[in-house]
Formats: sequence, C-alpha cells, structure tokens
Amino acid sequence: MATHLVKSAPPNDDQRWKRVDATMRRTGQNSHSLIETLHTVQEAFGHLNASALRYVATALKVPLSHAYGVATFYHYFSLEPQAKHVCTVCTGTSCHIRGAGELFAAAQDALGESGRAQPNSHISLIGERCIGPCALGPVVVYDGKVTATENLETLKQRLREWIAE
Amino acid sequence: MIAEKISEIARKERDSRARFGETFHVCLASGCLASNSDGLKHALEKEITDRGLSHNCRVKAVGCLGLCSDGPLVSTRSGALYKKVQPADAREIVDHIGREPVARLSRPRNIPFFSGQTKIVLENSGVIDPERIEDYIAADGYSALVHALQEMTPAQLIQEVTKSGLRGRGGAGYPTGLKWSTVAKATGTQKFVICNADEGDPGAFMDRSVLESDPHRVIEGMIIAAFAVGASEGFIYIRAEYPLATRRLQAAIPQAEQLGLLGANICGTPFSFRIQIRVGAGAYVCGEETALIASIEGKRGSPRPRPPYPAAEGLMGQPTLINNVETYANIPPIIRRGGAWYAGIGTATSKGTKVFSLTGQICHTGVVEVPMGISLREMVFGIGGGIRNGRNFKAVQTGGPSGGCIPAQFLDTPVEYESLAKLGSIMGSGGMVVMDESSCMVDVAKYFMDFCMHESCGKCIPCRVGTYQMHRILAAITNMSATPADLKMLEELCDLLKHTSLCGLGQSAPNPVLSTLEWFGDEYKVHIGDHKCPAGVCSQKRQGAEV
Repeated sequence: MATHLVKSAPPNDDQRWKRVDATMRRTGQNSHSLIETLHTVQEAFGHLNASALRYVATALKVPLSHAYGVATFYHYFSLEPQAKHVCTVCTGTSCHIRGAGELFAAAQDALGESGRAQPNSHISLIGERCIGPCALGPVVVYDGKVTATENLETLKQRLREWIAE
Repeated sequence: MIAEKISEIARKERDSRARFGETFHVCLASGCLASNSDGLKHALEKEITDRGLSHNCRVKAVGCLGLCSDGPLVSTRSGALYKKVQPADAREIVDHIGREPVARLSRPRNIPFFSGQTKIVLENSGVIDPERIEDYIAADGYSALVHALQEMTPAQLIQEVTKSGLRGRGGAGYPTGLKWSTVAKATGTQKFVICNADEGDPGAFMDRSVLESDPHRVIEGMIIAAFAVGASEGFIYIRAEYPLATRRLQAAIPQAEQLGLLGANICGTPFSFRIQIRVGAGAYVCGEETALIASIEGKRGSPRPRPPYPAAEGLMGQPTLINNVETYANIPPIIRRGGAWYAGIGTATSKGTKVFSLTGQICHTGVVEVPMGISLREMVFGIGGGIRNGRNFKAVQTGGPSGGCIPAQFLDTPVEYESLAKLGSIMGSGGMVVMDESSCMVDVAKYFMDFCMHESCGKCIPCRVGTYQMHRILAAITNMSATPADLKMLEELCDLLKHTSLCGLGQSAPNPVLSTLEWFGDEYKVHIGDHKCPAGVCSQKRQGAEV
C-alpha cells in the first residue's frame, strides 16, 4: 500500500498530462475514473506504458495490479506503441460470410504470419469483431478511413504501397 | 412556461423549413459516410452556393435513411430518393431542381423495403438533423417529457409503459414496465438509470443507427425513465467502436441541458437528473448488465451472480435501471400516444415494432423497423429483396453469438420472442444475417464459438475452458479430422455450458452449435464421415480470420 502514500506527479512535464489530469478531476478522481482516464492516456500518447499506468494508479489510489488488470482485460487498450499504419479487417458476421476471412488471410500473407506485422514494422494488422457498417461488408479500415465492400486486389495494392514506404 | 418555450422553438423551426423550396437530405450516418457522403454534402452545398440558389435551396445533414446497400443516399423534400450518389453527381441533381428527378440515380420507393416497414423508433431517422435539438423538438421531441413531468405521476408513467406491453429490446425481452416498477419500489440512498449502448453482437448495428440518427430520443426516454423510478443520475455506456454515435450524444446532452430539459430542476420542477457518457473499451461481455456496471465502476468487466439483480443492487450497490437503447427510444412515442396505441401493434405476447439490421447475402441490406409478428419470409424476400447473385436461401441467423440459424422450412415463422426461441434461436438485439448456399453451417458455428472463446471473461470455468474445447472440436470438424466421438463430446459440452456457466455469454454460447446441429446435422455428418464440406468452404486451406 506504499503507493497510496506517494504524492502523485506526472512522470514528466509533457503538456499532455494536463488532459489526463482533467479527465481524472472530471470523473471524480477515484477508482471509478480508471477506464475513462486510461482512454485519455491512450488518446494523448497512443498507448499505455508502464510509467503512465503507475501514475494513473497512484493518482486514483488503486493498486498498480488493478490498473494493469483493467488495461489488459479490454481489447481497446494497448500497452505497445501503435504502428505508423493500421489495417483493420472487420471480422463481424456479415463481413465473415462475404469473404472477410480471405481478406484477412491475404493481409497476413502480405505482412507476416503473426497477425501483426513483424516487430518494428510500421504496419499493424488487426481483426476486429464488427465495427458496424455491416450492410456494406466486407469492410476494411485503413488508418481510420472505412472502406466499404473491399476486395482482394485493392487490399493487396494498399498494403504493397505501405510496405514500400 | 417550458411548454411554451418548446412550442416556440418548434414553430420557428417549422417556419424556417418552409422558407426553402427544396431541401436535400444527405445521410451522414456511419454507413453512407464510409462511402464519402460528407464529400457529397460539400459538393451539393458548393453547387447551390455557386449558382446563387442558397435563398431557396439547402442541404441538410440527416441520419440513416435505412437502405445502406444503396448508399450514399440523398432524399429530397420534393419526394425523390437518390442512390449511390457521388460528389460528381451534384451538378446534375441541382440541374433537376423543380423538374423530374435524375432518372439514372433514382431509387423508387415503391418496394417492400420501404412499404413493409412501420416506423416508430426510426420515425425521425433520415428526416431530422441529429446534431440539432431544434429539429428534434419540431418533430414533437421532448413533448412527452414535458407532458410526463407536468401531467403525470411516476406511477401513471409506469402504468402506461406496462400497458404498452413493451419488452426489453436488448434481447432477453423482460417486460419493461415490470422492471421499472421493481426499481421504483426499491430503496436506496440514490438510484441510477443506465442505457446499455454496448451493442456488441457482430452483425448488429441498430442501436448505432438510432444514436447517430436521433440521439435526443434516447435521452428523452432516459429522463422519463429516471422520473418514473426516482433516479437522479444516469449513464450511457457506449462501445468504443462507435465514435460518431458518441460524438452525437456528447453534442446532444449540453443542448438538452441548456433548454432546462436535463440537469437541475428539469422543466422547472424539483426533479433533477444528469447523464454522463461512459465509453467501453472493447469487451463483448460488458453487454451483460452486471459486467457493464463493473465497467462503469472502472473495473474489469466480469459478471457476478444474480440475484441480487441490478434493480435491487446495481451501480455502487444502489438500485439501478438498465435498459437498451431501443427500449428507451420507444418511450417518448408510448407516452405521447398512449400505451394502448403501442399495444395495438404486434402480436399477443410481443407488442410494438422491432428494429433489425438486415445484412448478409440479400439484395437490400440496412436498418429496418417492422411490426412484431411479421414472417421471416417477408423479412428476407420482401423487405430484403431476396437472395442476391441468383443463389438460394439457406438460413437466417438471429441473435448473434447467443442465437441460432433458422432453416428454410421455418421461413413462415412470425418474428416474436417466443416463436424464435422455439426454433432454438432468439430475438436478440436485432441482428439478422441472411445466408445462402455458399455458407457452411459448421463454419458458421465455429465462427461464433471462436468469438465466444475470445470474449469469455475467464471468470467461470465452464465458459473459459468449455468454449475453448468446443472451438477445438469445431476446428477439427472443419479440418476434416474429427471423429464421431468428437461430435458426441461437442453435444455434451453444449449441455454443460448451457447449465453451468455464470452469465448469459457462456449459457448461450452453445446456441449456434445446437441450432446448426438440429437443423443442419447432415452437414456435420458429411464433414466427419465423408471428409467433405458440402458448401465448399472448409475445403479451402485457409480457414479465415483466427484472431
């Protein structure tokens, strides 16, 4: 419980911590604020690293193990920095029966087996269970831009362009 | 006083609408946005401004027009509906103002997709601008709230909702009036109202559509519910995958507060109620109410045993009302028009309408609202326009990972809670995925088991280990390496999970397997006995996304 006695100060003087502090204040600065606060950290810094988790846990007076447990329970939170490019293939039911599996397999072939690209690669491949525009499947999201009724050719073309960067 | 203010806003809004000879309604919901409808809106605006037509003609952003497969959609005040409109088409469309619509872009409305619907929840979708409260008010918005606060007691409100026969639209179908009266009777230092907008079923996007198209309707429903049960604080728990819906809610809440419709002393009465938004973080299990509450409390989304139900001990241990987006969206019209009116629609046990997201291998996909009791055949071949690419119908999947696959011989089954449950499926939240003969039912069962395996929170063993083992067997069947003993084990595991899992996720995880075993058992046998996939799906080397 020593962490409870430590006075909480941001890990460094990065201005983005002000946004994190504001979220904690707005949501009551207690354990209930944890998920909202982690959202803000991820929005501001792109991922949740160890020092961020430690700071948030201390400020909200929750054990670090609890913060880590929450950060790893939810798919949306990432402990790793995001790659420069992110290709998200929707694997929801409608996209699945319209060939999302083939798209995902083709993207894996292009980028490497692990489902993510190789370590240090600048491209991440993510399979996400339903992002919502189900009527337009299969749907692929390239760096946040949703592409409806995607096909193998344009997917491969896009990935080739990214790989060449 | 507030009533006058509301009607003044409505009058002004209607006057300003009448000033324009023509209005183009451009869909700016997620579906059409994915096909560049915002670019189209700019192109139309530029065309109108460049030609000096701004005094008589305007472009309005609206929510979902329903027929997502024909997006981007534009409807006009003069009655035309344009499909698959590109920014380059703006010039031609503006050319035709005051004339016949552009023939090559026209989408006739006289098809069952439109004529077969009854719109209550979606009455404003594709009609009003979701980012302007004035537009909602001009469509009778918040009149139910004003009426409820000024003319009705909480008991009368609950009675009206009970009379309507409304049942929870999240999937389980628990009577809404009964839930409200339980929370109203419960005692606690504080009560909460929660809106479950964690629409996690893959293939379901009705709630997203409602929130993106008409967010104030859900907020109004929540405020009325809070007054009825005596709650002072509310939360909308929305999934992180819906950023646009979240933004529209974030915009709507301060608009309602500014007019005194939300916050302290609503409509000048002693009743106060605040709403906060909580964004989920990508955990399907958080759609389960006790897991959702844990998540709002900043914890891992692990369910806990019920009872106690949230109505007695919910958020922070206090009595809590949890309803789904569509349930709240039904409340304002029920209060406005009366419970008896609502109960006049639908069947004996399933009242009113249901919103479905109709997708898969059919001609017309999108969001539809139909009266309860409509047949599955009418949904697939009427509203859905039949199977595309000249193939044959095979099954319709309802209820997502908790539901099942219904075969052709039951196409005349009415869509209602009981009759779908009899077939081993469920009404669910409203995802309806139509499959043709190119889908392998064992592959579909494996797909859903893969989903449940990954989404199991890990708290109880039957779900954590059982979904893994069932997925392993289903993978063996689709690899053509399973034995008849595996099939027997699969059936035993179905029974085990159903009866011993802690929450709904594990209890219903076997449903897709059970229903495909029941109605498509031959496909399992051919995979195991003849090492063949009748649909030709599993013979492919790669088995799709394993993520």
